[in-house]
Amino acid sequence: MTEPTDAISSTTSRGAYAAATTEGRQRGLWSDAWRNLRRQPTFLISAGLILLVLVMAAFPQLFTSVDPTYGDLSRQRQLPSVDAWFGYDNQGADIYARVIYGTRASVVVGVLATAGTVLIGSTLGILAGYYGGWLDALMSRVADVFFGLPFVLGAIVILTTLNAPGSTPGPVRIVAQVVLSIALLSWPVAMRIMRAAVISAKQNDYVKAARALGASSRRIIFRHLLPNCLAPVLVYATIALGAFIGVEATLSFLGLGLRSPVVSWGVMISDARDYVRIAPHLLLFPAGFLTMTVLAFVMLGDAVREALDPKLR
Amino acid sequence: MAEPILSVRNLVKHFPLRVGVVFKRVVGHVRAVDGVSFDLHRGETLGVVGESGCGKSTLAQVLMRLEPPTSGAVTFEGRNIFDMRGAELRRLRRDIQIVLQDPYTSLNPRMTVGDIVGEPFEIHPEVAPKASRRQRVQELLDVVGLNPEHINRYPHQFSGGQRQRIGIARALALRPKVIICDEPVSALDVSIQAQVMNLLGELQTEFGLSYVFIAHDLSVVRHLSDRVAVMYLGKIAEIGTETSIYEHPTHPYTQALLSAVPVPDPELRGRREVIRLSGDVPSPVDPPSGCRFRTRCWKATDLCAEQEPPLTLRLDGSDADREHPSACHFAEPRPHVVA
Amino acid sequence: MSASMSRVDDQPLLVVSDLQVEFRTSDGVAKVLNGVSYHVDAGETMAVLGESGSGKSVTAQTIMGILDTPPAHVTGGSVRFHGEDLLTVSPERRREVRGSGIAMIFQDALSALNPVFTIGFQIAEQLRLRQGMTRREARRRTIELLDLVRIPHAARRVDEYPHEFSGGMRQRAMIAMSLALDPEVLIADEPTTALDVTVQAQIMDLLKEIQDERQMGLILITHDLGVVAEVADRIAVMYAGRIVEEADARSLYRRPAHPYTEALLDSIPRLDLKGQQLRTIRGTPPSLLNVPPGCPFHPRCPRAAEPCRTTLPTRVALGVGRASACHFAEEVVSRG
Repeated sequence: MTEPTDAISSTTSRGAYAAATTEGRQRGLWSDAWRNLRRQPTFLISAGLILLVLVMAAFPQLFTSVDPTYGDLSRQRQLPSVDAWFGYDNQGADIYARVIYGTRASVVVGVLATAGTVLIGSTLGILAGYYGGWLDALMSRVADVFFGLPFVLGAIVILTTLNAPGSTPGPVRIVAQVVLSIALLSWPVAMRIMRAAVISAKQNDYVKAARALGASSRRIIFRHLLPNCLAPVLVYATIALGAFIGVEATLSFLGLGLRSPVVSWGVMISDARDYVRIAPHLLLFPAGFLTMTVLAFVMLGDAVREALDPKLR
Repeated sequence: MAEPILSVRNLVKHFPLRVGVVFKRVVGHVRAVDGVSFDLHRGETLGVVGESGCGKSTLAQVLMRLEPPTSGAVTFEGRNIFDMRGAELRRLRRDIQIVLQDPYTSLNPRMTVGDIVGEPFEIHPEVAPKASRRQRVQELLDVVGLNPEHINRYPHQFSGGQRQRIGIARALALRPKVIICDEPVSALDVSIQAQVMNLLGELQTEFGLSYVFIAHDLSVVRHLSDRVAVMYLGKIAEIGTETSIYEHPTHPYTQALLSAVPVPDPELRGRREVIRLSGDVPSPVDPPSGCRFRTRCWKATDLCAEQEPPLTLRLDGSDADREHPSACHFAEPRPHVVA
Repeated sequence: MSASMSRVDDQPLLVVSDLQVEFRTSDGVAKVLNGVSYHVDAGETMAVLGESGSGKSVTAQTIMGILDTPPAHVTGGSVRFHGEDLLTVSPERRREVRGSGIAMIFQDALSALNPVFTIGFQIAEQLRLRQGMTRREARRRTIELLDLVRIPHAARRVDEYPHEFSGGMRQRAMIAMSLALDPEVLIADEPTTALDVTVQAQIMDLLKEIQDERQMGLILITHDLGVVAEVADRIAVMYAGRIVEEADARSLYRRPAHPYTEALLDSIPRLDLKGQQLRTIRGTPPSLLNVPPGCPFHPRCPRAAEPCRTTLPTRVALGVGRASACHFAEEVVSRG
C-alpha cells in the first residue's frame, strides 16, 4: 500500500553516491554484494567458522596428535578429562581426535553432495523453466521418476551395484560414490525449486525488455534470471547440507558408506545412539560439531541471499 | 504522402488453446490479433485504443518480434521484419524499441540503474565504445530528467514515475526510430502521468521519433496522438486522424467508447449523452460472426451477422476531417459524442 | 468537526473524526493517517480522492476494521456510526456492524472472491450465518440479489465459480454480496479501476441506482477525477495522510482551494479538450516515513512560500462545506 522505500532522499546516501561517481567506478550487483558482505558480522562469523572447519578437514594433525583409531577398552566411555577433552568412546578411542579426523569425510560429503545437487538441479531447472515445451515436459518427468525413488533404498541399490559384496573400496572411492548417489537422488528437488523460480521470473517485463533489445538467451539466463532465482535454491542448499551429512551416517550405519578406519561425524553419531543415556558425551561432541557446521552454512546462505537483494541491504 | 516508416499488413496472431497435462490437445485459438493493417509515418504518433482483450498488447509483442505472427507482414523501411535474421535482426532491435507498462516489473530489481540503461550498449557494443558507455548512460539519465549521479542506485530506490523514466532511457539508448509504448502511463499516479506524457512528447521532437502509443485511456491517447486506431476483438474498428476519431467518429463502438469516458467536469453531469453498451466483450476464442461488435451494437441487423464489414472509407463528399476508414455497415457520424 | 458543517442538530450516518493511523515497520514509523475527518449521510455520495499512498484506502479499512495489525495501529480518533464509536466497541459488535451496517467492495473482484466456492455459495453463506436463513431461503435471496445487480440468467449463474465470470460480472457479484445484509453505508474502494470504460459506466450507473433506491451512504474511493465528477456530491482530497481540501463537487472543479487539487486538475488530459498544455506537478508524493516538514505538499507546490516550509497549515473554512489546508487557501480559491 504505502511504499516506504520510495523517494528516498537521505543526504548521507547521496554523499556516498557522489563519492562513488567521482571515483569513476560504476558498480554492479556482485561488487555491491561483496562490499556489503565484507561489512556484515553474520557473514564474517560464518565464514570464519567455515574456514576453521575446512582447515580441520584438510589438516587434522594440526589439531591433535592422538591416533583416532587407537582404542583401549579399559577406558571405554570415560567422561571428558584433561587427557581427553571430550572423553572416550565405546571402543576407548579419543573422541576429540575422532571428531577432528571425522571432519574431513563429513564436510567433503556434505559440501560436495550439496554442490552436486544444486549444480545439476539448477542447471536442469533453468533450462526446463526457460525453454519450457517438450524439454520441460521431458525433464520434469525424468525428475519425477528420480523423485519417486525412496532415498535410502535408491542409495542402497546404487552403492551395492557399484561395489561387489565383500569388496573393500578405498575411502576416496567410497566418498565419491556416496556423493554421487546423494546428488543423483536429490537433484529433482533443486530442479523443481529453480524451475518454479525461473518460470515466475521469466514473466517479468524486464525479461521482455531484454529480449526486445536483442539479448541472447545466455545473457537473459545469466544476467536476469539467475540473480533473481538464486535465493530459494540457496535456502534449500543450506538446509540440504546438514541433511546430507546425516545421510552419510545412515549409509555408513547400513554398512554401505564409510567404514572403519575412516571416521566421520555421522558414523560417530550413529555409534553413540545406544549409549545416549549412560554416556551422552558420545553423542554430544560430534553432534555439536555437526550443528555448528550446518549453522555456519545456514548463516552464510542467509548473508549471501541478503547481500544479493538490493532491497534488503 | 511520404513512405511510411512502419507498415502493417493483415497481421494475424492466434494463440492455440491447449488442454491436458502431458499430451496437450489444441481445442481452439485465441484470436488476439485478427487481420490488422495500418501505416506509421515518420515523426508521427499513432494511438491504438481498445478495451482489455482487444489485442492491443499482443500487437505490441508481434511488432517487437517478441512473438511470431500467425500470418501477415510488418514492413520497416521497406523490409519485412519477419524475414530478418542475424545481423539484420540485430539492426532492427536498434531501430524499434519498446516502453512497457509496469515500472515495477520492467526493471530488473538486482541491476543498478547504470547496468539497466547500459545493457543496450553491452548487447550492441558497436554503438558505443566501452570507455564512453558510462558517460552515455549518464547523458541518457539526464535526458529523461533523472539525476545522472544516481547511476549506482537500484530500481527500488526510485518512485514509479522515476522508474518509468529509467525504462524510457533504456529504450532510447540505441537511438531508435520507432518506439512502441505499451500503456506507458497507466500504472502511474495521476500527478505523475503528465510528467511522463510531456517527456514522451519532448523526446519525440528532440529525436524525431515515431510512436505507436497503445493505451486504454482515451484521454491520454488523444493528448499524444496524431492518428488513432480503435481496436475491438482483434480488429481495427475505425482509424483516422485524432480529430476525425474524436470529433466525428462513425463506428458505433467508437461512439459508445467515447461517450462512456467520464469527463472531469461536474457541470456536464447529466447533460452528456452516454451510450450504454450492454454486456461484456465476447471471448476472442469464439468471436461473433460477421461484425464482431454486433452482439453489443444497437444498430445491428441480419446483415451484420452475415457479412463482415471491411475497414474502408465510408463517407463520401464530406470534408477531409470526417473522411476516414470505418468498419461498420452503417457508419455515420453522430453529433456531440464528446461533450 | 466536519460534521458541524452541514448538520448541527442531528448526527450524520457515519462520522470519521481526527483519525490517526501509523504503520510500524522495520524501517521506522510511517504516519499513514494524520487526523482525517469526514462524514457521510444517507443517500449521499462522498468521494475520497487521492493518489496511492495518500491514505484513502487505509481510512476505509479503518472504518471497516479490517486493517492488518501489526503493522497498522490506530493511535487516535473515532469512527462514529449512528453515534456509536466503532473503534471502542467489542469485536463482536464490530463484526455485527460489518456487512449489515457498513459494507465494502474492492478494486480487484477476482481476488476478493474465493475461487474455490461458487458465487452463490459465497453470498448465501452470509445470509445463513448472519440472518439465520435456511439454505433454500438463502438461495432464493441470492438469486434475487444477482438479479438486482443485473447478472443475466441469475438462477443459472448462481452456481458458477468466480473464474467463469467476466471482470464486470465479478464486480456485479461483489456488489450483490455487499448488499446482501442491507448495509446503510457502502464503501467502494476503486470499484471501477480495473474495468474497461464501457463496463465502468455500467457499474457506476448500477451503484448510483442502488444507492438512490436504498438511500445508502456511499463512500467512493478513487484516483479518477472523471468518475468523481460524474457521481460525487461532496469530495475530500487526500495527500500524504491528510485531507487537504473538502468541497462540494461543483465548487471543487470550478474553483479548487488547494494548490494540489488545482495542479491535479490541470495535469490530467481531457477527452473533450484537444492540445491543452498539461501542467505537470514536479517531484513525487513523499515517502510517509519521511514527510517534509511544514506543509507536506510544499516541495511540489508552485505557490510555496516561507510559512509552507515550516508550519503545517491548518484547515481554513471557506464558506459552507468548504475547507482547505493551505496557508494561501483564500488566494488559491479566488484566483479567478
